[in-house]
Amino acid sequence: MSNEHSMRRVTAIRNGTVIDHIPSGQAMRVLEMLGIGGETSVPISLVMNVPSKKMGAKDIIKVEDRELTQAELDRLALVAPDAHVAIIRAYSVAEKLTINLGEEVVNVVRCTFSNCITTNLREPQAHRLRVVERDPLQLRCHYCGRPQDLGELSNNVL
Amino acid sequence: MEGSIVAGLITMDDLTNEQILEILSDAERLLPVARGELYLPLLKGRILGNLFFEPSTRTRMSFETAMKRLGGDVVNLGDVKTSSVVKGETLFDTIQMVDGYTDIIAIRHPRQGAAQYAQDAARVPILNGGDGAGHHPTQTMLDLFTIQQAHGRLDGLKVVLAGDLRYGRTVHSLSHALVRFGCDLVFASPDLLRMPEEIVSDLRAHGANVLETEDLYGSMAEADVVYMTRIQKERFADEDEYARCAGAYKLHARHLEDVKQDMIVMHPLPRVDEIDPTVDKTRHARYFEQAFNGVVARMALLCRLLAVTVPADVHAEGGAL
Repeated sequence: MSNEHSMRRVTAIRNGTVIDHIPSGQAMRVLEMLGIGGETSVPISLVMNVPSKKMGAKDIIKVEDRELTQAELDRLALVAPDAHVAIIRAYSVAEKLTINLGEEVVNVVRCTFSNCITTNLREPQAHRLRVVERDPLQLRCHYCGRPQDLGELSNNVL
Repeated sequence: MEGSIVAGLITMDDLTNEQILEILSDAERLLPVARGELYLPLLKGRILGNLFFEPSTRTRMSFETAMKRLGGDVVNLGDVKTSSVVKGETLFDTIQMVDGYTDIIAIRHPRQGAAQYAQDAARVPILNGGDGAGHHPTQTMLDLFTIQQAHGRLDGLKVVLAGDLRYGRTVHSLSHALVRFGCDLVFASPDLLRMPEEIVSDLRAHGANVLETEDLYGSMAEADVVYMTRIQKERFADEDEYARCAGAYKLHARHLEDVKQDMIVMHPLPRVDEIDPTVDKTRHARYFEQAFNGVVARMALLCRLLAVTVPADVHAEGGAL
């Protein structure tokens, strides 16, 4: 099945963001990391487990009337570092955004360790976690050194 | 010899093996100064800021002694209850202030990662004097010094670390350092107080030979060092858990009958009842020398972090008191 076909499982959107090539089964987590859904009023379309030549299977999300910010892309990088993000304006791709999971994730998530110095939210320095493994993702707090995975971190998105 | 620059000491990863050995060699030469036999004011005019946010006797006093023996001065945070911390000052702000007052800072803090946080906020070098259950690298340096004094080397030794390995920051830092020198480690602890899994896997990833056991006495026969630690009541949230672990090990002189002649018993102190006083009189007891070595090891570290060279011949440079 072609990519085109997969994309058209849901209606094309006029304005908004399409996040394609999300690892299969991770779409809900992407929404969670982005803080989209629940009380959000914009329409969201979600396609899960569609065949993909490159990935075998993938998820796709379309968010109407909303363009992702750089901060949101940084969060997305934790769940779907290889996702493709397109900003749609008037039914056309206006912009393609690149996701980049670097060596360190700064001010994206907060360390989950309850005794880390950064749990005092009045402390002004950046929340910094080093990427130690990419697949599966594992991070380590720059300050306390505690290793943590995505499951733990998804409740600590800044 | 001028050593390479060390910007701060937060974990043992901040020092190469070569730097560790150089600093231990500096410490060896500084022994007469630490003992008060020689006056060598290498740090005259320098000020150490002692920021102890949780109780400390040996670490705080030995930092202070080390600085003063080298002609430097010390300012203390004092009691946290009466400092600006109680008014809600952040660690960042406290560091900004002390950074302006001093040339180097020693910090102990109940929160893990506080020393790294301070290092990122400061202009002056930071010495980690213990952060939560994290690291305690200056203790590790004095432990390594003590081991080297006893055995003449650090490499290839068999070291048993016993007691509270879960919360004991001294054993976390020491294990990392010993593995870098090719030592074999035995972790003897009650099941509840086992060495954190991430540390064991880190050590094994570095090629370490690590054995975990609850049987302390059975693991001492081949040991070169037995490093005892206190079960730290203050680290337990649950009284029942503490009661189940307290008194797990009570090393008595009779347990030392079949150990190697040159095996040493160490302890970061304070002890409760994990080492019986009968051990004090044996040839194996080394914990009081170890506590003294805190001064000389910290003298060498203060010099290194302040980029002050320890002379090859301290007697030629030093004077009478």
